[in-house]
Order: sequence, then structure tokens, then C-alpha cells
Amino acid sequence: MTGSLTIALELAALGLVAGVLGGLLGVGGGVLFVPGLVVILGLSQHQAEATSLLAIVPVALLGALTQDRYGNVRRSDALKIGLFSIVGVAGGVALANILSGAVLRGAFALLLLVIAAQLVRRALTQLRKNDPYPL
Amino acid sequence: MSPLARVLAEQEGTSSDRSRQRTLELIAIGTAAGLFSGVFGVGGGSVIVPLLVLWLGYHEREATGTSLAAIVFIAAFASAVQAAYGNLRLLDAVAIGVPATGGVLIGTWLQQRLAGRSIMLLFAAVLVAAAVELLLE
Repeated sequence: MTGSLTIALELAALGLVAGVLGGLLGVGGGVLFVPGLVVILGLSQHQAEATSLLAIVPVALLGALTQDRYGNVRRSDALKIGLFSIVGVAGGVALANILSGAVLRGAFALLLLVIAAQLVRRALTQLRKNDPYPL
Repeated sequence: MSPLARVLAEQEGTSSDRSRQRTLELIAIGTAAGLFSGVFGVGGGSVIVPLLVLWLGYHEREATGTSLAAIVFIAAFASAVQAAYGNLRLLDAVAIGVPATGGVLIGTWLQQRLAGRSIMLLFAAVLVAAAVELLLE
């Protein structure tokens, strides 16, 4: 019982942190959900990815509604991209399920490193632009 | 055909070509983002945002907002397909997804008040640690 409560709290903390980073940096959701689910719950890479995808839905929905209020959502384009994604989604999920957990996990780790490098580059670009806020 | 009519006809031709090209670009972005999202279990924003900026001339804010709206569909489709493969853990998704919406509100609020730079670097370090952890798992 205590164990499952601890896990529930850890999952809530994971969600909260991922949400904060998502709102703050526009990067967040999935890249933290997947490793978090693997480490906290010991899910397989495939289960973690599937579960992350569903958890992303409310996060993206809230983010989109907020951005829409600022006039930052081009609805027709967003709808088209969403609907046109179906073929890619089906292919991508099929590919993920063909790959072994170890290969998929390795590829995901590589993705995290690429995103980390992108973030460092973004941070350095801001530094050069003489941002009013120093670090 | 008068010169004016010819100009108008040409413009019409170019504008319909442009609209066809735009549709093709949106199809390409959707397909690429869908593949990426399906393979990695993420939203696909890191594919959509740069392509909207590069191909359709979006500003970064619009690209981010539009990307988030597209991700609602993409992630919903992808999780439904994953569920068909029997990989989805519904309750666990709720357990992180619901607190995450609270996090988004906090993050959006913070965004107006502090520069993201140190957080970007911290987050980058967390991602590197997560990558190492996954590789050791």
C-alpha cells in the first residue's frame, strides 16, 4: 500500500515536472514521460512509449488552448497536419513494435542526446543575443 | 486574351500551384511527425516546429502553438494504435497526464517571469542523465 502510494506520488511528480518544462520550454511531455515510466514503473520501452502518448494528449490540449487564446494557433493547418499524420503514425507504431525493446531504447537514448544538444544550442544563442535576464 | 486577363490567369495558376504545394508540405509534415511520434512515443513537436518555420515561414510562437494543436491529434491516434498492440497502460497515463496539466499552467506562468536559459541547460543535463540511465537499464 505504502509502495503503491509512493509510486503514485512519483508519477504525479513526473507529470508535474514534465508539464512545467513543457509550458516553459515547449519541450517536455514525451521525452520525460518515457524514461520516467521505464525507471519508476519498470515498464518495457514499448509500454512506456504507448503510455506516454496518451499522457501527452491532455498536456498538448491545454497548451494548444492557451496558445490559441494568444492567437498563436493556425487552426486549419494544425487540423491538416493532425489528420495527415495518420499514415505516418500507423507506420511509426508498427515499426516500433517490430523493433526489439533494446534497439528502441537505444534509439530513444540517442534522441534524448540530440534534444539535449538542441537545448544547449538554444541557451547559447540566447546568451549571444544579450538577453536582459542573465542566467 | 488581354494582357490583364493573362496576368490574372497566371496569378491564378501560381496561387493554385502554391496552395497545392502548401498542402503537400502539410502532408509531409504530418507524415514525418506521425512516424516520429509513433516510433518514439513523443509528440513530434521537434519535427513539426522547425518544418513549419522552414517551409511555411511561420514565426516560432505560431509554430509552437500550431504544433501543440496538431500533437493533440497525433498523440491520440498513436496511443490508440499502440493500445491495439496491447502496450497501453491506461491508469498510468492518467496518473502522469493529469498532474502534467497543472505543470503546464505553472510552466506557462513561469515563462513570463524568467529566462529559460539556465533551465534549458539543467534540462539538457537531465536528458543526458536519462539517456545514460536508459542505456544502462
